[in-house]
Amino acid sequence: MSEVSSSHGKRRPDRAALVIAPVLFILAAVIWWDAGRLAEMSNYSRIGPATVPHVVAIGLALLAIWTAFEAWRGDFPEREPIEAQPVIFIVAGLAGQMLLLKTAGFSIATGVLFALTAFGFGRRKLWISLPIGIAFSFVVFIIFGRFLQLSLPAGPLEHLFF
Amino acid sequence: MGTFEFLLQGIAIAAQPMNLLYALIGVTLGTAVGVLPGIGPALTVALLLPVTYKLDPAGSLIMFAGIYYGGMYGGSTTSILLNTPGESASVVTALEGNKMARAGRGGPALATAAIGSFVAGLIATLGLAFIAPFVVKFALSFGPREYFALMVLAFVTVSAAFGDSTLRGLTALFVGLALAVIGIDQQTGQARMSFGIPDLLDGIEVTTLAVAMFAIGETLYVACQGDRIPEKVEAVKGSVWMSRQDWARSWKPWLRGTFIGFPIGAMPAGGADIASFLSYSTEKQFSKHKDEFGKGAIEGVAGPEAANNASAAGTLVPLLSLGLPTTATAAIMLAGFQQYGLQPGPLLFATNPQLVWGLIASLLIANFMLLVLNLPLIGLWVKLLTIPKPWLYAGILLFATLGTIGANPSVFELGMLLTFGLLGFAMRIFGYPIAPVVVGLILGPMAEQQLRRALAISQGDVTTLFMSPIAAVLFVLAVLAVVVPLILRARGKGEVLSQFAANED
Repeated sequence: MSEVSSSHGKRRPDRAALVIAPVLFILAAVIWWDAGRLAEMSNYSRIGPATVPHVVAIGLALLAIWTAFEAWRGDFPEREPIEAQPVIFIVAGLAGQMLLLKTAGFSIATGVLFALTAFGFGRRKLWISLPIGIAFSFVVFIIFGRFLQLSLPAGPLEHLFF
Repeated sequence: MGTFEFLLQGIAIAAQPMNLLYALIGVTLGTAVGVLPGIGPALTVALLLPVTYKLDPAGSLIMFAGIYYGGMYGGSTTSILLNTPGESASVVTALEGNKMARAGRGGPALATAAIGSFVAGLIATLGLAFIAPFVVKFALSFGPREYFALMVLAFVTVSAAFGDSTLRGLTALFVGLALAVIGIDQQTGQARMSFGIPDLLDGIEVTTLAVAMFAIGETLYVACQGDRIPEKVEAVKGSVWMSRQDWARSWKPWLRGTFIGFPIGAMPAGGADIASFLSYSTEKQFSKHKDEFGKGAIEGVAGPEAANNASAAGTLVPLLSLGLPTTATAAIMLAGFQQYGLQPGPLLFATNPQLVWGLIASLLIANFMLLVLNLPLIGLWVKLLTIPKPWLYAGILLFATLGTIGANPSVFELGMLLTFGLLGFAMRIFGYPIAPVVVGLILGPMAEQQLRRALAISQGDVTTLFMSPIAAVLFVLAVLAVVVPLILRARGKGEVLSQFAANED
């Protein structure tokens, strides 16, 4: 990242960045709590399975404080405006593939991902992109699933051929 | 047996027809994927890891070597013909290379990059072959505390020393370390941070994390920016051959770049980006054509490209001889080793010399293949650059998920892929580096193991860590690597460091 904010004017607290601090702090707390459950098995040294998680938790907590401080001073780099819509479509594609994978098989599920990603990037004609995606995924299934023997889940489409 | 005999033996292994085929497939795939805009070497290696799943270790690592070098090559083509470099190490190449391409000198720019990469790859791989055994000998005297100190140093250089913020680098590292805690503790067998979910007991796959953060995170980031930056592929006009003058102006930068890049890669001091920036400024100093810099000086392509490749070979020194990954790419390669239960390090040289030397030799062979393959096929690579964005990123996500499904076809694993993709997206928005997360995840458990061994030997006495001279020096270096950049940044000299940001590899 090269966009260092070099404006020397008054900086405002960066609210979005300010949210990062509590997230880090909660992560630290979860790790600390989880490490507390571990039974200390080592007898001859104080070092056990909980040692490193404790160190990591302390580190995260300190970083959370530092983050809050920097965010409050507005030291985070300026962000470019974000378009949410394409992101939502791509995430929907990934979620769709995840949910369809077991029932519809690799080709159809991945075809959905393909079409929705293309949709997010502006190819809105799903009746074109979905068949392309399924066909392409099917070719990938043949190459990787058949020739390279990866265990890709088969669905109705794959069962038609194999 | 000396290094030379080992190397010859390695070449004999790498030159077996099947292994040559693997190397050829590796360099072709590596270049093809590396050329795609937005895909750097780290992601290239992560995406193509599944291709090697079903091969034997030797064949797979040989293909891997080809993919690694091919990915580095491919990136330079992208940055010359398209102004958005696919890998951070090629940012500098884009500065001069893209200007050359616009001026109709794209051919010579690609040629000097390819030949420079070849020269650098050749010298640096030989350097690797001759230096690695010495490092191995040295490393045999290392105990747990020296290894731990070395890993702490690697943590620091990868996260805090370069880039524009110590805070964000360290935070990324600690996120990686936190993820590394998940799973069964190696020494006591207790489950940590797994919340009773069986899928988490094995810990988080490095490849899943790397693919999610680099592929999905990057795709979402590009998508959220809309069509703001129009991309234009520069056509390669005229001959790809370099004129006599081009040669005269290129050969010194190639060599200088190599000698800048290799040591930087070989020390745990960060990625290829640093090397290429240093080489660029060196060439600017030495050049007789200073006025051309910024307008398309061939030295500005030749030097950094050579430095970039030499440093890539250099990172294999700590990786192979110490088992220490210092870049995200090296971290994923380490994961590639580990899928066969191989742990790179001094022991691997002793127990599996054929494998190590076969790998080093196939790097040499891959380098030759790339030279032969690249210049004639440049038209094909240019075509890959013109794939429209929607299809390109749809394809990237297809292959990103393919790797995860192929390794573990479970809904849970895909859910993790999506989660980490969103995490990588968020981190990118706020300007966090990604590489420290990946390095933290793979190096975290290794560092923990060494720390616990060291402290078990000393019966819990922490001061023992600093009692060995080597460890003490490494710790001092690690502290300096955090403190010095902090002071530099506080005094407003941070721009220099942020240029060196080790963003991707």
